[in-house]
Formats: sequence, structure tokens, C-alpha cells
Amino acid sequence: MSAPQTLAQKLVARAAGRAAVAPGELVTCRVDLAMMHDSGGPRRVKPMLERLGAKVWDPSKVVVVTDHYLPATDEESRRIIAIAREWSRSAGVARFYDGEGICHVVLPERGCLRPGMFAVGGDSHSPTGGAFGAYMFGIGSTEMLGVLVTGEIWLKVPHTIAIELDGALGEGLAAKDVMLFLLGQLGMDGGRYQAVEYRGEGVRALPMQERMTLANMAAELGAQAGLVAPDATTRGYLAATGVSEAELDAAQLERWQSDPGAPLLAHHRFEAAALAPQVAAPDSPANAAPVGSYGEVPIDIAYIGACTGAKLVDLRMAARVLQGRKAARGVRLLVAPASLRDQHTAREDGTLAVLLDAGAELLPNACGACAGYGANQFAENTVAISTTARNFKGRMGAPSARVYLASPYTAAASAVAGRICDPREML
Amino acid sequence: MGKAWVFGDDVDTDALAPGKYMKYGVEEIAKHCLEAIEPAFAASVRPGDVVVGGRNFGLGSSREQAAAALRHLGVAALVAESFAGLFYRNALNLGLPALACAEAKRIRPGHELVVDPAAGRIENRTTGETLACEPVPGFLLELVLDGGLLPHLEKKLARRKDAT
Ligand code: SF4
Repeated sequence: MSAPQTLAQKLVARAAGRAAVAPGELVTCRVDLAMMHDSGGPRRVKPMLERLGAKVWDPSKVVVVTDHYLPATDEESRRIIAIAREWSRSAGVARFYDGEGICHVVLPERGCLRPGMFAVGGDSHSPTGGAFGAYMFGIGSTEMLGVLVTGEIWLKVPHTIAIELDGALGEGLAAKDVMLFLLGQLGMDGGRYQAVEYRGEGVRALPMQERMTLANMAAELGAQAGLVAPDATTRGYLAATGVSEAELDAAQLERWQSDPGAPLLAHHRFEAAALAPQVAAPDSPANAAPVGSYGEVPIDIAYIGACTGAKLVDLRMAARVLQGRKAARGVRLLVAPASLRDQHTAREDGTLAVLLDAGAELLPNACGACAGYGANQFAENTVAISTTARNFKGRMGAPSARVYLASPYTAAASAVAGRICDPREML
Repeated sequence: MGKAWVFGDDVDTDALAPGKYMKYGVEEIAKHCLEAIEPAFAASVRPGDVVVGGRNFGLGSSREQAAAALRHLGVAALVAESFAGLFYRNALNLGLPALACAEAKRIRPGHELVVDPAAGRIENRTTGETLACEPVPGFLLELVLDGGLLPHLEKKLARRKDAT
């Protein structure tokens, strides 16, 4: 009998064409999917491909999304977007999603991800794909060039760090609170560039978009990948995006699970019900503490945006708090739904109306202030509460701006109160 | 030999390559490299100098301009207690040696360093110490010595063409 393997080992072994791999081994993997966005993608790889006189190994395995430089309000941004459009066409990339939302959210919603895949993305939050039981991680543009030319990438087989959530999250709590809590406990290098696998009842109970938040912020933990083993919830989501029964059967969901007794580098276990809403103070996501410990922190902006904080599930959380309420005087409530499709659904089911009635300003379905590349940057000395993933100094605007990270529930409650506020008071 | 520029833990990619300059080329980004932490850095760093960090150097974004900006300024090598994994890959892919050294904290600003990536060793000419680093795997070392992944691939493709 072969030694028990973790999900991460199984995914890497499959891509490396091996029956099994051991943590720490250096292997070369075949890439099933390469995702790029406008910033790190075509504008950077095109000149390098030209210099090499090389072509994309398999355009059907490439997906390009525009999100970072939208809305393109200046000459350079327009040029960057134009390159993404032209290059995708000339390189034969059929899956080009232009202005449809943030890459990590668009990718699964268009059915690009499957359990068992080995994928890379030209963005640090690419571990988001791990929510679907795919091994996915972020790489830079030059390394993406290597993938585009060869279809392969090297990897040190990761150890697995299990994070187990016992019980269910309480009312007003979200995946974002789990991640901020973990960051406070383990720090921004707690993931040690290995694979984090989220498990337990508390994780099983979460819908796909919440699992995506867990996987997404594996990046903040410093992990290479953040995985959730596929189950009936995964299957249901994929079926809803139009993946056929036959394809779902072919994806062999039952195969992509860690074996009992597979080796773990660490095993962290938490009681979900004991968790209070978390807020991370400037300038690090690891500066997390329960919302109650903040006292009176008045805010100027509540920002509900980004791949990690403005998906449909996030917008609904905010709406639950904002139902029949208004943002406090002097507070700007900014909402940038993570994808066009999620925005449509939110419009149809009334979620968007609740947000707008509460005084929200609707921003484009793009990275916006989260990227800090241009659109809606925070001014000097702004104090913001934000559903984004990072609050490094100066990331979202002026270095003097102070950004607190929180869940959509907490951001919405804070908008109403005009200060950092526990959302459980409003549910 | 180069002078050490010493930074603390958790130097992030937004500090190395600030978002608002990301739409421009590396020449422009480099002018603002680390300005949020050390405003004099970009103007004062000299070719051959070494950037020394604490834990988790380069955490954050996948933007490789973070490493490209340092290289553009002539930084010869990076030394840190530990690197963020994605940044580490980017640095090597851009031909910038990155050496993880448990004793990086022994280096003080202005120390004169000789960094030998192949040997995995740092000689501190100011103190006379030699610090050991984690070895860089052979195939990555080769890539760094070629000047990064792009020239490395160029060489490989040319070799393949010659063979046919
Ligand atoms: S929304 Fe923010 S975290 Fe997500 S991809 Fe865009 S810039 Fe990155």
C-alpha cells in the first residue's frame, strides 16, 4: 500500500505525471490553466514573447481578465486595456473576460475551474481557485512567460498545514473574520509558502463564495495555495455555472481528498462558535483583534469591494445589516460589486436596492481602490473600514490614510454607526 | 562589494513598487521604490549595494516590478531572514539573487558585504564575519547566473534551434 497523501500532494502528483510525491521534492508540473489580468498579463508578457519569437503553448488553457485598470480613466490605463484586448485576440485566447469583474471571481463563475486542476495565475490571490479543490497559485509575469512558452512550471511539493474549523460560525460572522483571526494568530508568514487546507464542519457549512474568501486570503497567510476539498456544495456550484453531469463525474470529486493519516506540517483547530467579528488595524492584516476592542474609531469611508469582499454573498451580508438603515452623515459608503454577474443577481433579488437606499455609491466591477492603481484612491488622513484583503501603508491611496479590514457585516454596521461597530447589534 | 541597506520585517510589495506608479515602466517605479519607508533610498542606493531585510521580505502582490525596481537601481543581491515565496520566485526569475540567511540581523546599515550566491555565503568586510545562507537549488542558480528566466529561455530556445 502506498503512503497516505494530502490533497495538495495528490494534485501536484497528478500534474507532475507521478503516482505520488513527497513534500520538499522538486517537480515539474503541466499547467491546466493559466490566468492573467490586464496589469501583470498581456502588457508584460507580449514584449517578452516577441523577444523570444515564441507562441503560447495552448491558448485554450489561457484565460485573460481585465480588472485592475478599469475604469480606464487615463491614457496609460487605456493603453494597458487595449493591449489586453489586442493580444488576447491575436494569441487566440477565446476566454477573454473584459470588464466583467475581478479575475478571481469571474474565473469560477464562468466555469473555468474544476477539482483536480493544476493552475497558475498572474496575481497573488490566485490561491482563490483552491476553494474548488484545484491547486492554484500566483506567479509573476516573467514566470508566466515561462508557462506560456513551455506549459510547465517547477514546484517544491508543499507540506500541508491543516486549519480545522469545528462547529458553525455565529450570526454576523463570515469567512473574512476567520481569516483575520487566523492572521492575528499565525501572522503573515504562518503559511510558510506551503499549502493550507481548510477543513471541518465550519468550512463544510460555507457556500462556495465564502470558501473562496478563505482560499483567497491564504495569500495573506503567506501560503502558496489554500485548499478546500470538493464536496456536494462544490458540485452544486459547478452545476449551476453550466458544468454538465458528465463533466462533473469526470472531475472525480471523491478522489480529491486528503487521505486519513496523511502527513501534516501543522494542524490548527478552532472553535467557530467562539469567534467574535474581527477587525485588522492599519497597516497589516495580521493586526487583528475582536471588534469590541476598538472603542470609538470614527470612519470616513466604508468600502465594500474586492475579490475577497464584494461577491454576491458579501453584498448580501452588507444588505442584511443595511436593510431599513442609512449610512451615517459624513460617511461615504462605497460598493464595488466583484463581478457584473453578481451585480445583476443582486439587482434582481433586491440586495442592490437595499444598499443604494442606505446611501451606497456604486462603483465599477473592478479592483478599484483595492489595487490602488488609480481609481477612487483614498485621500490624505482618510479613515476607512474596508472588506479588502490588505491594508499596507499607502496601498489604497495616501500613506496617511488609515485602513481597517473587516467583514462586509462589520463594514456595513460601521457605515451606519459612523464608527467601527459590532454588526451583531444590528442583526 | 556593496553597502548594506537594512530594513525590518515584512517589507511589502506596495512599498517596493507603489501601486500608483504601476502603470508606468520600471524606470519610474524605481524612483519611488521603498519611499514610504526610506525616502532617501532610491536616490542614494549605488550599483552593487545589497538590500537586507528581516522576516517575510516581499510579502503581498505578485507584481514582479517589486524585484525589477531593485534590480533597476543596481541592487546586486537581497539578503533576508526569510522571503515571501512568490517574491522569492520573482526575484530569481529576474536574475536578482535572493539569499535567505538566518543571521541577517547581524548586518548593520553601511556594512560592506560580498555576496556569493553560488557558495551561499556572505562575507561582511566591515566585521570580518562570514554568514551562511540557505543554498539556492542548482537549476535556479543557473537561471540567476543567466540573468533571469527570460535570457535563460532565450539561451535554451537558441540551443534547441541549433540542434534542429
Ligand atoms: S480586488 Fe484587490 S485583492 Fe482582488 S485581485 Fe483586485 S487588487 Fe487584488
